[in-house]
Amino acid sequence: MDQFTINLLFVGASFALYIGIAIWARAGSTSEFYAAGRGVHPVTNGMATAADWMSAASFISMAGLIAFTGYDNSSFLMGWTGGYVLLALLLAPYLRKFGKFTVSEFIGDRFYSPTARVVAVICLIVASTTYVIGQMTGVGVAFGRFLEVSNTTGLLIGACVVFAYAVFGGMKGVTYTQVAQYVVLIMAYTIPAIFISLQLTGNPIPALGLFGDHASSGTPLLQTLDQIVSELGFNEYTAHHADTFNMVLFTLSLMIGTAGLPHVIMRFFTVPKVADARWSAGWALVFIALLYLTAPAVGAMARLNITEMMWPNGTSGEPVSVEMIESDARYDWMATWQQTGLLGWEDKNGDGKIAYFNDKDADTVAKAEAAGWGSENELTKFNRDILVLANPEIANLPGWVIGLVAAGGLAAALSTAAGLLLAISSAVSHDLMKGQLTPNISEKGELLSARIAMAVAIAVATYLGLNPPGFAAQTVALAFGLAAASIFPALMMGIFTKVNNKGAVAGMLAGLIVTLIYIFLHKGWFFIPGTNSFTDADPLLGTIKSTSFGAIGAMINFAVAFTVSKMTAPIPAEIEELVESVRVPRGAGAAVDH
Amino acid sequence: MADQTSQSARSAEKSDAGYWAANVRIILVSLVIWAVVSFGFGILLRPALSGISVGGTDLGFWFAQQGSILVFLGLIFFYAWRMNKLDREFGVEEE
Repeated sequence: MDQFTINLLFVGASFALYIGIAIWARAGSTSEFYAAGRGVHPVTNGMATAADWMSAASFISMAGLIAFTGYDNSSFLMGWTGGYVLLALLLAPYLRKFGKFTVSEFIGDRFYSPTARVVAVICLIVASTTYVIGQMTGVGVAFGRFLEVSNTTGLLIGACVVFAYAVFGGMKGVTYTQVAQYVVLIMAYTIPAIFISLQLTGNPIPALGLFGDHASSGTPLLQTLDQIVSELGFNEYTAHHADTFNMVLFTLSLMIGTAGLPHVIMRFFTVPKVADARWSAGWALVFIALLYLTAPAVGAMARLNITEMMWPNGTSGEPVSVEMIESDARYDWMATWQQTGLLGWEDKNGDGKIAYFNDKDADTVAKAEAAGWGSENELTKFNRDILVLANPEIANLPGWVIGLVAAGGLAAALSTAAGLLLAISSAVSHDLMKGQLTPNISEKGELLSARIAMAVAIAVATYLGLNPPGFAAQTVALAFGLAAASIFPALMMGIFTKVNNKGAVAGMLAGLIVTLIYIFLHKGWFFIPGTNSFTDADPLLGTIKSTSFGAIGAMINFAVAFTVSKMTAPIPAEIEELVESVRVPRGAGAAVDH
Repeated sequence: MADQTSQSARSAEKSDAGYWAANVRIILVSLVIWAVVSFGFGILLRPALSGISVGGTDLGFWFAQQGSILVFLGLIFFYAWRMNKLDREFGVEEE
């Protein structure tokens, strides 16, 4: 059986499973549609949250970013897990006690202001849409590669699948579908990592293998890697090269953004009790950590494998020959990925060999010239996003592992897209339609408008996914910055302080607008290329990149909210009571609808 | 009668305030640990820890790539356990 058929079988079987579950769990009432009737166990909820949370950025992109940068990209690992501590300690139990369906409902009630609710809906839609565009782009690339169709066709197939289970299943469909997706994606991530860890270190647990000894040389794996990459003129893998201030700020932005993303917060409305909301965040992080503890091992081991493939005789021997790449079966993956345009090599000096080294480093170039490898790096292109998907092929693993990784990558992208679409649709139908525009809408009408909103959101995201504003990973980091600057501070102040309505509205608007402008100044207005005034290599404010600005936006939000609140009337007595009651678990009944 | 009701309401209010103060203390201690393992050991204090070697590199690298995640997990489960206990101590748990 050829690889294409195997991929098709794995992807097809996993989809049949998700759609089957969605049909089996079709939602009936409004309450079931949004929050699965609140009958979801903390462990189940944690697993679904993990699938919802880990998107194309975590699965497809993150290990590649770590592989080619090393220690400096640890921000992704700490940032995307550390946010769960904030979520568990500062938000989840109180929002569950409040007992409504959506994030903007809490903000509208707590700040006794329809304006605050509408502003929250806008912040939510801006952050979620930015995020979902990145996911749809990822869906398109993964489908395109594994079904061997064009990016456009892949994206349209993906959009139809998301539509089918998100629109017809509601959250209950999504919750149980996402449990299945979690199982598929974690197997797809860890099985190849276990094989590779065994090959390189003899340790079946990749997270331990990373700090173990390299089996063929007997020295520690990370030392071997540091040595081999620095011989080629690259930065040492484990050393700190990044600007420290920007690294701290970027990590903090990802953490705050994690605790401010509506589709993750919504998960904590679906557990039966306040105590369960506390446990749920822990369970979610357990399931997330299984991937996040493996990711740095995947990155380091892939970097070592790739470098050794390019230098089969060691870095002091001869580079790999063009003939070997074209004829040896172990190098077939290079030809496959070359077709996608994401991997490229060129024998620039015509010596029949492909020399891979850092040609920006003068000493290495001098060494390369002396050895007769030429003065230019000949592995001309290696897109970081292909690393995880190509990893099993690079390590020469069996065909079924490659098929499994295809199914896992798609599960990661599709599950997050579906969760975000649900957050967008409930914001429109529940907060805008029922909350503001047509308060007398029937339950049936509300359900219908939720489904229409979802269909519209899929269409918009698909269109923008065809013409994305930037690389998927960039788009996703920007979504975190926007959530950090707008939603998180409002929720936290709503629980821990007595900030009033005007303060909250002014804070959210200031955080969102300043962050959006900073992003547009660096990435182009409305992401249109060429309209930017600055670049992240030379940012407006010293070393603060636009991806790190979310933490600054959050500080602006807090500062503006406190200042405006001090200058205007204090909160009324009944809101004071609401704040007091949210802080105590006693009396948390089932959720009440408006 | 009316006096008794207002008295019990006052004591409930007082106990709620004590419960909240205890909760905020636990949160602050947890967040200090959260910041020390990630921003501290993982980034800013890494040079100070460079003498302690872990599997071919130093302790700071381990904290940045794995250690902080394990501590985060411990913190969340500790908080859930501690708060559920605190709920019972102050009698504010759910029925």
